Amino acid sequence: MKAKPRAYVMVSVDANTVVIGAREVKNRLAAEIGLRGLGDEVRVVETGSFGSVSAGVVAAVMPDGIVYGHLTVGSIARLVEEHFVKGRPVREWILPGEHPLPDPETADARQLQHFGRIVLDNCGRIDPDSIDESIANDGYFALGKALTEMTPAAVIDGVKASCLRGRGGAGFPTGLKWSFCAKEVADIKYVICNADEGEPGTFKDRLIMEGDPHKVIEGMALCGYAIGATQGYIYIRGEYRLSIERMRAAIDAARRHGLLGRKILGSGFDFDIDIKIGAGAYVCGEETALIESMEGKRGLPRVKPPFPAQKGFRGKPTNVNNVETLASVPFIIHHGAEAFRAIGAAGMPGTKVYTILGHIARPGLIEVPTSVTLRDVLEDYAGGMRPGAFKMAQLGGTAGEILAPEMLDVPLNADALAKTGHTLGSGAILFMNESVGVCDFLHACIKFFAHESCGNCNPCRNGMAVLLELTARLKAGKGYPGDVELMEELVMGMKSIAFCPLGQSPAAPVLSALRYFRSEVRAGIDPDAIRPNPEHTLRTLLQLAG
Amino acid sequence: MAKDTCGCGERCVSPLYEELDAFIAARPRGRDALIPVLHKAQALFGYLPAEVQSHVARALDLPVSDVYGVVTFYHYFTMTPRGRHTVNVCLGTACYVRGAKKVVEALCAALKIDMGGTTADRRFSLTSQRCFGACGLAPVIMINGDVHGRVTSKKIAGLLARYT
Repeated sequence: MKAKPRAYVMVSVDANTVVIGAREVKNRLAAEIGLRGLGDEVRVVETGSFGSVSAGVVAAVMPDGIVYGHLTVGSIARLVEEHFVKGRPVREWILPGEHPLPDPETADARQLQHFGRIVLDNCGRIDPDSIDESIANDGYFALGKALTEMTPAAVIDGVKASCLRGRGGAGFPTGLKWSFCAKEVADIKYVICNADEGEPGTFKDRLIMEGDPHKVIEGMALCGYAIGATQGYIYIRGEYRLSIERMRAAIDAARRHGLLGRKILGSGFDFDIDIKIGAGAYVCGEETALIESMEGKRGLPRVKPPFPAQKGFRGKPTNVNNVETLASVPFIIHHGAEAFRAIGAAGMPGTKVYTILGHIARPGLIEVPTSVTLRDVLEDYAGGMRPGAFKMAQLGGTAGEILAPEMLDVPLNADALAKTGHTLGSGAILFMNESVGVCDFLHACIKFFAHESCGNCNPCRNGMAVLLELTARLKAGKGYPGDVELMEELVMGMKSIAFCPLGQSPAAPVLSALRYFRSEVRAGIDPDAIRPNPEHTLRTLLQLAG
Repeated sequence: MAKDTCGCGERCVSPLYEELDAFIAARPRGRDALIPVLHKAQALFGYLPAEVQSHVARALDLPVSDVYGVVTFYHYFTMTPRGRHTVNVCLGTACYVRGAKKVVEALCAALKIDMGGTTADRRFSLTSQRCFGACGLAPVIMINGDVHGRVTSKKIAGLLARYT
């Protein structure tokens, strides 16, 4: 029998690090360790994200708990020589403040967050390509429990009692959504995992799939059992190559272990999963557009009702959930709804995964209880503003609201935010310092929406074009008097009549920006500018047309 | 034009078409297959010219207009040939606030093309994407899959010179 290794080197291979050579570093490391004859003592493991996105290729040496950053192929020989042969950690390459597995005795509150993780608990700790490591960390325990001890109705009741709300942006109660689909009678039902993460600045779902793909599979299977579905699909963006690769490998491994397929774990429950690859359209994040796209069509949103729970994919009852939502379910079934409700805020319990970005010291991926505030995130996780001072933050991707300093102490959950007239959004927080102009930023947001508008409905198609013009004028300081009011009226109109959430989206950034930074937006107006008379313009056009 | 309704004439027998046909034959036919088939076709041909679209339409028994509709809807699919090297600029909000706009201006000036264009010598194509998910390195550009982070307009010439 082989001896147990004395050390494990966990190389974080995720979307951020793979493009800067994490695989090459990992392979070089394994080769160098083999060359030094340490192959039996030191094991190199590929794992998911540690949460840091600006420290280059990172690797943790366990059980020492030392994290190295900015590793290159060229630095490996010295690292192995010093750390593993001579037993002296290379100080200058150690990342300060990074603790992938803090010691519960000595860890401070920030480090302890890793113990409170529900979704990312295995991320950066296990080899995502090894189903055994997942199972050793309670993977598929909840599925086994549900299939042997619980009826489908009990699973739904458990999810309802947990008060889990959708993590994709809308915050709809998950248990309730499942119950709609469960009561439909059909020869086949579908579970779809929405991994078409398209909100700029949001890549949490990608890192979840790359760090712990089995958790997503387990969540989907639990949903399938609860609602009576036998086929699942994961709709993943085509750009997410590593996510696709790891999800594929995980699905194959689960099939081989009898955790997907026919008669799972000896029960009467059949369930299988396939991957569908998207082709890049923001609107496909909307669930009915996503279904259209899965059917091989242009991703145009459908008229609701009927809702997907009644007529979804191929006209059959379909339940669509976000990656993070599904990945939260195994914890609820395993530990019970009470345990879930004990975490975070009462109205929206549990944790929320965010990508934190912008002018901050430590951009990255975090999972926090839903009771933390923007200030907690900024000070405890982001390491403060760098460079500059806090001006505003956009919460929830491009369709998110802009928050001013006075909102720093509001807890980040749907209920607390709703009281102040805000929403939570999809799981990105962009911190901005005073170098960013509000009009300029709004213009960039609108440009994205205008580009992504599918053209199906008039309010969105034409509204975006007008908004683009308005914001361009304002940022150039050439706005016409009345432009601010026009913009306000327009986004409110779009919010009430646009066909799908995309066309309703500009209201969030625009109205919140006007709420906190109205005077700055107003400064973009040129008081002497004269708005062209539309009738006059039309007449000119008609004359030109002959 | 020959009797061949797809209009692609003898090019249909090229090995690329054979590979595409084998891919189509290996999966259940029907509407669902369209997007995976287009992914495969673009991987094989590099882009989706009209003749490839006609070929796919005929193979899947769909109207060409449907195939065209799908190709033009999704950003991933392109109907124009790309240059030998693709310069892809991330325009996600994180890159934007860190100066992606200046990077785009510098690239357009250096390559003398607009966003979405290809240089006359087919050396470079310039495209943009909403977010690479490498926001920690913002602003980011990707040249043929190599990611270059913290790009400034001063670094552009040096980066481009590496790709001939």
